[in-house]
Amino acid sequence: MKSLIDSGPAATAENPVAGIDQTKGDFTYDVAYEFDAGTGLSERTVDYISSVKKEADWIRAFRRQALQVFQSKPMPTHWATRDLENIDFDRIRYYLASGQKPKRTWDEVPEDIKRTFERLGIPEQERKFLAGVEAQFDSEAAYSNIKEIVAKQGVIFVNSTEGLREHPELFRRWFGKVIPTGDNKFSALNSAVFSGGSFIYVPPGVKVAQPLQAYFRINAENFGQFERTLIIADEGSEVTYMEGCTAPKFSTATLHSAVVELVALKGAKIQYITVQNWANNVFNLVTKRGLAHEEAEIKWIDCNIGSRLTMKYPGVVLKGRKARGEVISIALANDGQHQDTGAKMIHAADETTSNVVSKSISVGQGRATYRGQVHIPKRLRGCKNNTECDALLINTNSRTDTYPAITVRGERNSVQHEASVSKVSEDMIFYMQQRGLTEGQAMSLAVNGFINDLARQFPMEYSVELKRLIDLEMEGSVG
Amino acid sequence: MSSLVIQDLHVSIGDKPIVKGLSLTVNSGEVHAIMGPNGTGKSTLAKVIAGHPDYTVTGGDVLLDGRSVLAQEADERARAGLFLAFQYPSEIPGVSIANFLRAAVQARLPEGEEIDATAYYKRLYAKMDLLKIDRKFTSRSVNEGFSGGEKKRCEILQMAMLEPKMAVMDETDSGLDIDALRIVSEGVNALRGPGLGVLMITHYQRLLTYIVPDFVHVMYDGRIVKSGDKSLALELESRGYDWVKQELAALPA
Repeated sequence: MKSLIDSGPAATAENPVAGIDQTKGDFTYDVAYEFDAGTGLSERTVDYISSVKKEADWIRAFRRQALQVFQSKPMPTHWATRDLENIDFDRIRYYLASGQKPKRTWDEVPEDIKRTFERLGIPEQERKFLAGVEAQFDSEAAYSNIKEIVAKQGVIFVNSTEGLREHPELFRRWFGKVIPTGDNKFSALNSAVFSGGSFIYVPPGVKVAQPLQAYFRINAENFGQFERTLIIADEGSEVTYMEGCTAPKFSTATLHSAVVELVALKGAKIQYITVQNWANNVFNLVTKRGLAHEEAEIKWIDCNIGSRLTMKYPGVVLKGRKARGEVISIALANDGQHQDTGAKMIHAADETTSNVVSKSISVGQGRATYRGQVHIPKRLRGCKNNTECDALLINTNSRTDTYPAITVRGERNSVQHEASVSKVSEDMIFYMQQRGLTEGQAMSLAVNGFINDLARQFPMEYSVELKRLIDLEMEGSVG
Repeated sequence: MSSLVIQDLHVSIGDKPIVKGLSLTVNSGEVHAIMGPNGTGKSTLAKVIAGHPDYTVTGGDVLLDGRSVLAQEADERARAGLFLAFQYPSEIPGVSIANFLRAAVQARLPEGEEIDATAYYKRLYAKMDLLKIDRKFTSRSVNEGFSGGEKKRCEILQMAMLEPKMAVMDETDSGLDIDALRIVSEGVNALRGPGLGVLMITHYQRLLTYIVPDFVHVMYDGRIVKSGDKSLALELESRGYDWVKQELAALPA
């Protein structure tokens, strides 16, 4: 018996990227799960996941080893927030799925799950401007499809479970190579219990014109989502990947801990865009890193709205000569939220360049933290890094911190770091109010102006939605 | 026909009285100039009319078309038809003039009604042509990195687009060289008409040779102490504010 629990406002059709609006994401349908690993984490949990996925022995061994690493590593509270201690790993459900194989058409997707994604606007976006879509519902993809014209070029776009099964050699060659299991406690956790996420391979010289999109939806309470994404862009190829995420508001904490690895081979370009708007009880602890070979380019565009705590520092390892890495990030921390974000640029070859632009907005008692790491070792020549981080404080009790760590050795390398903190001034708000804008509208406009130069780098549909999300966040910020 | 009526207005900042019983009526089609020495409460008057939260009205009233505006927020007064051209306009980084004005025009539409973008730009460009402003101007961020003259022209453009019933212009001539002053004044003159009342606040007479007022008031120590026509401005210019002070001192207390 499936009942409908509907706590959210009615979805409307006019919104182009409805899926990332949290007010529209705040609903849940009661789904009967066919596969459930139960509550808590042990070797049995890991074995259960491996068994239902019918995985090869090496993956099962990989998971078990990762579980040991996870259990042996302490929480990183010596530098990060103690709020991490409030995650109760014994109360989380690590694997929930309705089926093992994603459907290729929306008609085949079970009604409740299809209804969720329709309400989030995913099939509509797919028709309008996407080259392919993967829609993950809790632990597994419910739907995954790629436009025929893109598939004919040899592009592979499947979920990680399928990727492992159908392209084991390609997958295994890069899996865990950019982000090793032991990179941090949460990458180890993901390596133990990962499920879903995308596997993408773009053959040499193929330029995928439209973006590929994945949508990650948490539906169940006390649930942990651990998707694993691996994108390989072969020599001279280009691809843009976008991800969106939402979860309904539950009274208990939810965990999202993904690992995303990108590999850009010689001359390839990968652009990875995230617009996440998690409900404000989600712990969002994600490890994202790319490996850029000679003359390759990896660009992370990362927009963090929502969640209780986000810790995410997208990075690029600049492995080949003239490789380029870029992180563009926007974070908005509202009351009860901590956006702990930043970037890592590891220069490992001559003439590599990196650029980091981070803008954060703290509203009410929200807290935004920037952590940046730039590493250029002594032996390298002609490397450049530019880092800019700007923080905007809305209220007097808002908080922002910046922790840049820049290590540059060697002689012909250049690094530039600029940071600024500004406050929305009362005079500016009065000026805008005098033109007829309400205080809330004035705040929204000031915030949108602050991030305008970055928002313009988003695809149009996303920048429109980003503006709307900011308007929604700012509405409640004035008393 | 609109009117802005200021009745025996008293204003304080903290405990300090600044405006001390000021009365004035501005009708549509009229241009009034308030002149006076520095520190006499002219800019306070402008901000109080617009609803700046830093000032406390301790007595009297301000009425737009017979209705008191004192209980209204600054944005409500603005939408009711009150415009303030700022002495020091704020910078709004990242927000273009076109987008800012669009938001301001949108804010005047009834709930649920969307601005017609084509009609909006058509009107914007017509106003820019009227004020002889280059098309490229509106893609710049509001007041960011503007010269003194550009800031004031930006104020006049906003005034043209928002079509207020009453405009208070606070020291519009400050920080302008003679060419900029002429250009800005031409803009204001282009907007003069039967539908607009103007209250100009200025320290110097020179603005009034470009924008010729119908009425001139002298403000001193928080009050209007003398009113007349444009010849009063010329008299002030030749005799200085000390003349007014001396006249006042001669009056019985």
